[in-house]
Amino acid sequence: MAASSAIASSSTTFINKKDVGLSAFSSQASFSVQTARKRISKRIVSVMTPQQTERKPATTGSVKTGMTMTEKILAKASDKPDVSPGDNVWVNVDVLMTHDVCGPGSIGIFKKEFGQNAKVWDREKLVIIPDHYIFTTDERANRNVDILRDFCNEQNIKYFYDIKDLGNFRANPDYKGVCHVALAQEGHCRPGEVLLGTDSHTCTAGAFGQFATGIGNTDAGFVLGTGKILLKVPPTLRFVMDGEMPDYLLAKDLILQIIGEISVAGATYKAMEFVGTTVESLTMEERMTLCNMVVEAGGKNGVIPADKTTYDYLEGRTSVPYEPVYSDEGARYLKEYRFDVSKLEPLVAKPHSPDNRALARECKDVKIDRVYIGSCTGGKTEDFMAAAKVFLASGKKVKVPTFLVPATQKVWMDVYSLPVPGSGGKTCSQIFEEAGCDTPASPSCGACLGGPKDTYARMNEAQVCVSTTNRNFPGRMGHKEGQIYLASPYTAAASALTGYVTDPREFLQ
Amino acid sequence: MAASTALSSSITTFKSSSFQPRASSMNPLPSVKFPSISSHNPISHSVSAPKNYTVAPLRSAAASTTPDTTKTATTFHGLCYVLGDNIDTDQIIPAEYLTLVPSNPDEYKKLGSYALCGLPSSYQTRFVEPGEFTSKYSIVIGGDNFGCGSSREHAPVALGAAGVSAVVAESYARIFFRNSVSTGEVYPLESEKRICEECKTGDVVTVEIGESRLINHTTGKEYKLKPIGDAGPVIEAGGIFAYARKAGMISAREA
Repeated sequence: MAASSAIASSSTTFINKKDVGLSAFSSQASFSVQTARKRISKRIVSVMTPQQTERKPATTGSVKTGMTMTEKILAKASDKPDVSPGDNVWVNVDVLMTHDVCGPGSIGIFKKEFGQNAKVWDREKLVIIPDHYIFTTDERANRNVDILRDFCNEQNIKYFYDIKDLGNFRANPDYKGVCHVALAQEGHCRPGEVLLGTDSHTCTAGAFGQFATGIGNTDAGFVLGTGKILLKVPPTLRFVMDGEMPDYLLAKDLILQIIGEISVAGATYKAMEFVGTTVESLTMEERMTLCNMVVEAGGKNGVIPADKTTYDYLEGRTSVPYEPVYSDEGARYLKEYRFDVSKLEPLVAKPHSPDNRALARECKDVKIDRVYIGSCTGGKTEDFMAAAKVFLASGKKVKVPTFLVPATQKVWMDVYSLPVPGSGGKTCSQIFEEAGCDTPASPSCGACLGGPKDTYARMNEAQVCVSTTNRNFPGRMGHKEGQIYLASPYTAAASALTGYVTDPREFLQ
Repeated sequence: MAASTALSSSITTFKSSSFQPRASSMNPLPSVKFPSISSHNPISHSVSAPKNYTVAPLRSAAASTTPDTTKTATTFHGLCYVLGDNIDTDQIIPAEYLTLVPSNPDEYKKLGSYALCGLPSSYQTRFVEPGEFTSKYSIVIGGDNFGCGSSREHAPVALGAAGVSAVVAESYARIFFRNSVSTGEVYPLESEKRICEECKTGDVVTVEIGESRLINHTTGKEYKLKPIGDAGPVIEAGGIFAYARKAGMISAREA
């Protein structure tokens, strides 16, 4: 708090002290601040600009006052010098993603509204990823993938990650799996851009310093025809996470901490910006976990400033030039939250809400029937590495059925090929087998959202499950009376070993 | 009993004096039925209504007949179905039914039959009876954060297909609100106070969009709603595409 107030005063030399005070994090005063900002803005241009040498505001032209990175991305995408929270702007879309569940409906609307012979606005900006209901005999689900294929052929869509042989996913070199992880792995997530998807967890891509959010079929149908969407600029909540991350915590614990703090509606309509030394130390996959669940707090988008970690990840994945943007020092936030990560403990979200936070150790008497490791938030390579680390450390066997669903084909390959540190060269798959887990399944969204009745690991009975997924509302994984405890891969693996919700420190220390 | 008789008569009055049936041809929905519940006791019927029960969603878009005011006279009347907080999209339409493509008319209809079938068993009254495609409840009342969870447009579509005209909740999850407006399926209205604890499933209610008001005839209480604002005309037109065509923002559909 103190630090940011100081920044505010230094960058607003010509404003009287009263305004400076307001420009910190007081939401109720935002309107008066805005007036003040407009009034003084022209005069201080030349004063402010030199102070921002290390963070070039050039991407949006001459920046008059501080903007958050979400505001900057939307300003750039709408060809405006600046935008403020609440502004409705027409935004040019860099990438639109859709999948087998919402793609057919979006295509239906596009054809109905723009004509049977209409062409999509840009065949290289549409990414179509079948991933939800793939390994099923459900005829309608299979038909929906066929609809995607026909459309991609007709429109000559460049990025379509098709699957034809459902019996063996590896016979489909184009097939990826879970869209949000595939988008990142295939280089479609780029700093400074606008990515929309017909899936609420599209916000995952904010980890790359871009604006990413979920939309419905009708909006997607509009984007397919025009490449544009009307968006309201959200105000930003800032989450400063500092301190060294204890080795028993993962990004899932951080986001469960935050959602527990602000509730499942705490960020509704708002952007969530994650900064601080802890966030800077996170890998891309862990950053994706953090941003994936902003929608569980109602957030419109989550965003993390791009840095060397981001650029290194993108190296070799994309040849599209991108331009990162960063929040100005004088940017205004609706509210700021600070966390000392070194003091946090492993968490779970108890049934039936992602904000029903509890310490894992407080739930040690909760007997469980199964463990599920998978999904866009908990089925990445590092998630399986983390689970393997716990199994390795314990040397024991799981006490409940443990289902593993790698998010993508790439993750599946990693699970079968990458050596787990400290294991003497064993792969995750070997460690899982020794621990008695189920064989890693074909990559897809799997049972995270229940799906057709024959979906692998779907909860068809009223059981208790510890899951690395992102939602635990009633019926989410299949059975309406099923109970889902959301947890990190560490906590999920530890729970599998005991048959109870278990703090991973029991095995990691 | 006395109360409900009084209510019935008030509805009759309301019906006969305030509306000019089908004066406007702008009504996007073909099925406009007028309530003829004056001869019934609404409370007894709310428990087990016969199939031909005529408390059906009433949509009377008479805006163009009253040129002296820009307020819409869109009004909905019917039985309400009451829910709590954080009703997520899996409870509105469970994921196993997402194979249904809403832009396909047959599958649209089918989505209606599954509306709210994901509610836990603590909700003892079914929203849609087995074998039916639509619900007898045309207004859904909820608490905070209605429609949270996934971005599936199937959620407002399922409600609309089931015959719901309006949802009245304390607040909405962003994507559900946007999808409701974009599709024009249901009016996502916000109440100023928490009415989900004061209304019961089966209560007879009227929602007046122009007046931003909900009247519960069963309890005799009235509630203020937050104005729907610019989203109102979009929903009334039948969604963003219909609205944009009507407003000349995009050209007429290709033949």
